[in-house]
Order: sequence, then C-alpha cells, then structure tokens
Amino acid sequence: MKSQVQRLIAARFGLALLTLVLVSAIVFTITALLPGDAAQMALGQAATPEAVTALRHQLGLDQPAVTRYFQWLVHMSAGNFGESMSNNLPVAQLIASRLPNSLVLAALTTLVSVPLALAIGIAAAMWRGSLLDRVLNILTLSAVAVPEFLVATIAVLIFAVKLRWLPALSYLSSVNSFDDLVRIYAMPVMTLCCVIVAQMARMTRAAVIDQLSSSYVEMAILKGASPMRVVWRHVLPNAIGPIANVVALSLSYLFGGVVIVETIFNYPGLASLLVDAVTNRDLPLVQGCVMVFCAAYLLLVLIADLCAVVSNPRLRQR
Amino acid sequence: MNPISRPPVSPAEALPPALPAPAAPDAVTSPAAPRSSRFAGLRERVSWLGMIGAVLVLFWLVIACIGPLIAPHPGGAFTSADVFASYSAAYPLGTDYLGRDILSRILIGTRFTVGIALAAAVLASTAGTCFGLCAAVAPRWVDEVLSRVFDALVSIPSKVLALVVIAAFGSGNTLLILVTAFAYIPGAFRISRSLAVNLMTLEYVQVARARGEKLLYIARVEVLPNMIHPMLADFGLRFVFIVLLLSGLSFLGLGVQPPNADWGSLVRENIGGLAEGSPAVLMPALAIASLTIGVNLLIDNLRRRGAFGTGAPK
Repeated sequence: MKSQVQRLIAARFGLALLTLVLVSAIVFTITALLPGDAAQMALGQAATPEAVTALRHQLGLDQPAVTRYFQWLVHMSAGNFGESMSNNLPVAQLIASRLPNSLVLAALTTLVSVPLALAIGIAAAMWRGSLLDRVLNILTLSAVAVPEFLVATIAVLIFAVKLRWLPALSYLSSVNSFDDLVRIYAMPVMTLCCVIVAQMARMTRAAVIDQLSSSYVEMAILKGASPMRVVWRHVLPNAIGPIANVVALSLSYLFGGVVIVETIFNYPGLASLLVDAVTNRDLPLVQGCVMVFCAAYLLLVLIADLCAVVSNPRLRQR
Repeated sequence: MNPISRPPVSPAEALPPALPAPAAPDAVTSPAAPRSSRFAGLRERVSWLGMIGAVLVLFWLVIACIGPLIAPHPGGAFTSADVFASYSAAYPLGTDYLGRDILSRILIGTRFTVGIALAAAVLASTAGTCFGLCAAVAPRWVDEVLSRVFDALVSIPSKVLALVVIAAFGSGNTLLILVTAFAYIPGAFRISRSLAVNLMTLEYVQVARARGEKLLYIARVEVLPNMIHPMLADFGLRFVFIVLLLSGLSFLGLGVQPPNADWGSLVRENIGGLAEGSPAVLMPALAIASLTIGVNLLIDNLRRRGAFGTGAPK
C-alpha cells in the first residue's frame, strides 16, 4: 500500500520532468527561430563581418540547432544558464539575486489569499442562491475580469496619493521593522490577491457545490446533521482533492499577475527581471527566467496532484 | 485507415443499437434539467444582468466599427495646451500627457483592442477546436502526442509565453494576434478535446462508425455540431482572457506600438497623471474593465440558461 503510493509519486514526478523537457524544447525552438542573428544583434549594425563570425563561434551559433539545444539542456541541468547578453553576468547569478524576493511575494500572497478565498467559496456554496451568494458572484465575476493594472492604479490612487498611508514603490532596502514590511508589501499583495481570491473562490464554490449535490450529503442531511457538520465533516474531506487543484491553478495564475505587479510597483523580483530581459531582447536571460517560472508551475501542479491522490484512495488505483 | 479497427471500442459493442440511449447525450449537449417556477424571479434578475452585459458588449463592438468617425478630435492632434486636464465640455474625459483629447483616443483605440482580441480569439478557438476534434477522432497516438505537447504549452503561463515570443520576434499588430491566439490555443484544445471524446463514446457516433463513415465526416457532421454551444461560451471567455493579456502587454510597452494606441497603451502613456488622479489613466482602464465584465456577465447568464446546467439553487 505504501509502496504503491511511492510508485505513484515517482510516476507523477517523472511525468512532470518529461513535461519540463518538452517546455524547454518549445522555449528553445521559439527563441532559436529568432530572425536575424543574436551575434549581429549584440554587436550592432556597425560590426565588422569578422567580429560577428568570431562572436557567433564564441556563442556556438555556428553549430546546428539540435546540438545547441542539447548543450543548453545539459548546461542548464548543471545549473549553468549561460551569460546575460546585456551585462555579461551569469544568468544563474541574476536569477538567484531576484528569486528570493519573488518567493517572499508569492508566499505572502498565498498566506493571505488561500484562507480568504476558501472562506468566501465555502460560504457562497453553503448559502447558495441567497443574496450573499449573488452579491459574491457579481463581485468575484467583476474582479476576475478586471486587469491587474487597474486594481494597482486604483490602489495607488487611494492609499498612496489620497491617504498617503503607503509608499507607491517598493524599496526593499529600507525594510527595518515589521511595520516597514507591512507597508511595502501591502499594495503588491493586495493587487495580486484581488484577482486570485476571486478566481479561487469561484472554483471552490463549484467544487463544494459538486459535493453538496451528492447522495452521501443527502443521507447526512436526512440523518439530521446540522449544515455546519455536513460541510465540515462530510463535504470538505471529500473536496480536498478538487480544492487543492483549484488552489494550484489559481496560484499558477500568480506567475502571470506578478509580471504586471512587479513592474508597476518597481519590485525587484524575477518577473521584472524577465520583462527587462524581453525589452532588451536578452535571450539567455529570457530562457533562464522562463524555465524557472515553468519549473515552479509544474511543481505546484505536482503537489496539487499528489494532494488529490493522497486524500482520495480511489484515485490510487489508476 | 479503417475507423472500426480503433482500439477503445470493438465493433461488437458498437453495433447493436437496441438499448435505449442513456441520459448521457443530454449531459453534454442539451439543456439541463427543467427549472421550476420558484426560480423565475432569480432567473429574471440573472437575465437582467445578462442584458447589461449584452448592451456593454454591443456598445463596444459598434464603437470599434464607427469609433474614428464619431471622435470629436483627430486621434493624434495636440488640441489643448493643458496636459492632464480634468473633465470639461470641450474635452469630456480630459486630456492626456501631451494635451490630446482622451475621449477621441479611447474611441480610436477601441478598434485595436477589440479588433486584435476578436481576431485572436477566433483564431485560438478555431485552432483549438480543430486540434481537439483531431485528437478525439484520429488514432490514439495522435491524441497522445497532441495532449503531451499542449500540456507542456499549458505549463508556460500565457503572459510568460507571450513575452518569450515577443522577445524573439519583436512586436507588431499581426504578431500580437498570433501570440495572444497561440497563448490560448492549449486551453481551447483541452475543452474541445474533452467534449469531443465524450461525444465519441455515444451510440450515434458508434453507429456512424459501424456504417463505415469517414473520420472527417464523423468529426464534421456527428461531433462538431454537438459541441458548438459550449465552444461558443468558451470563445467568449477566451476573448476576455485575450483582452486582458493584450492590455497587459501594451501596459508593459510590449503590445501595440506608438503612434497607434490601444487601451492598455493609453494607461501606460498616462501613468504619470496617476498622482494627480487624472481621468487620462482611469478612463482607458475603466473601458477595459467594462468590456471584460460585460462579456463575463453575458456568458455567465447564457451558461446558466443554456447548455451547461450548473444546477439550480436548492
């Protein structure tokens, strides 16, 4: 029984790894199809043909694409992402300097958004069809449809410009106390939460309602269990799998939302590094950042998958 | 190839059409359980929200067509010496960071936002549906390959995927349509595949197969018409996602390039007016929100009344 679960975990892990390799192939294909030439681009129009040829050789661009791909893959699995084109620093070092900031932002957002979203989703499902449910439905529907930069702009307008409670930009170097921490992270986290909470709450509501309409819940109600007991003892344990999936899916949305939020608040995270790399067309850095993003996403999905399997013995049979 | 030799269903299972069809077809294709009159009140209220959504969507579609004609000022004209002016009779929504009329800029920008997003959504939904049908109808290995590739594509967040493509190819209106469509094909594929796979197991499709119909005929005549409704609802959602993605890219300066401007670029250009609370920042952002909320309300309402049957409240 235990070994079965272990085997299952190993299988899922292998599948995630395979997907990651496929992702790397896709990313490499897109970036290697680059019209024009990375060497030409790096040296500019005025470069002599000899210099371009030399740089092409130095970058390994004169080898066939498949060879380059496998070299890149092997280097990357050893932690060597290559060198950034714009400032000649190792990509790994650049990513390592930004990654912790992004992780802190993601962790704080998760801490705030998950309990909030679950509470809203479960409440809406319990009082389905009531005024509360309808109001929450319209609110979450609107929040999902609003672009992050509108939320961020309005937040800045209210809290930084009008009320002057919070700084409009995030300067991490000035964090000295817990108070500073709250003040700096409040707006980025609030903006990210706005969209994620709405999405997560909607999907949680659907998952709980799905369980509420099953026959074992009807049985529990007929037995005379109170609504609270039905939800806590009967529905939630069965909804853990779907809810874990919902959480993972929504948190993966964080990877997209964070691109906008880090740019607006000038937050020194991985996503703003990526946006800068795209603006400068610094391809090794783009490749490195994207692979980190995708690996993180796959890890989340894997964890959710395992939660679902561990919480529902029936899924282990497959 | 011979369609009957496909592994999951043996001809023996497929042939006898004697048993009455289970309720399964309804679950996929047709209206859900009838509603009792108790919910008539709720339904009207929901429809009312749906109407607001429909009006908003229609309004922006019309503006996208006639926007430049009814704009009070030419889009690029520097009409006022006053930058970031507030609401006034001459400039109903104020002026931007160069003293241009915001109302005109928004009316003209509608064409870019709505046009690009619409083209991309059509492209994404069509391609997704075709691939999905392909995966469901064709031999098993095609399904495996397509599913693996699209699973890999799904695990690149759409914004990040779009950024990679823009990093490699630069930005331009045609490219934006392709990029945003590309980012949302995997999602459309997943949904259309799961719909088509369910439909393929139904008896009338099995009968068609046993009759020896060609794969293309089965896909086109038997399966496609029955998944068109859910795919239309999905199309609306893709449109919303693409509007948000496009605006986000433009906001980062990587979308529609100057001198043209869609709503996202307008927000970016005028972000300097934020400290003064200028309408030049708020109005384009509100335009985006009204469009996406409108589409969402419309679809949510259609979905409740139509094919999806999310279940009536208890």
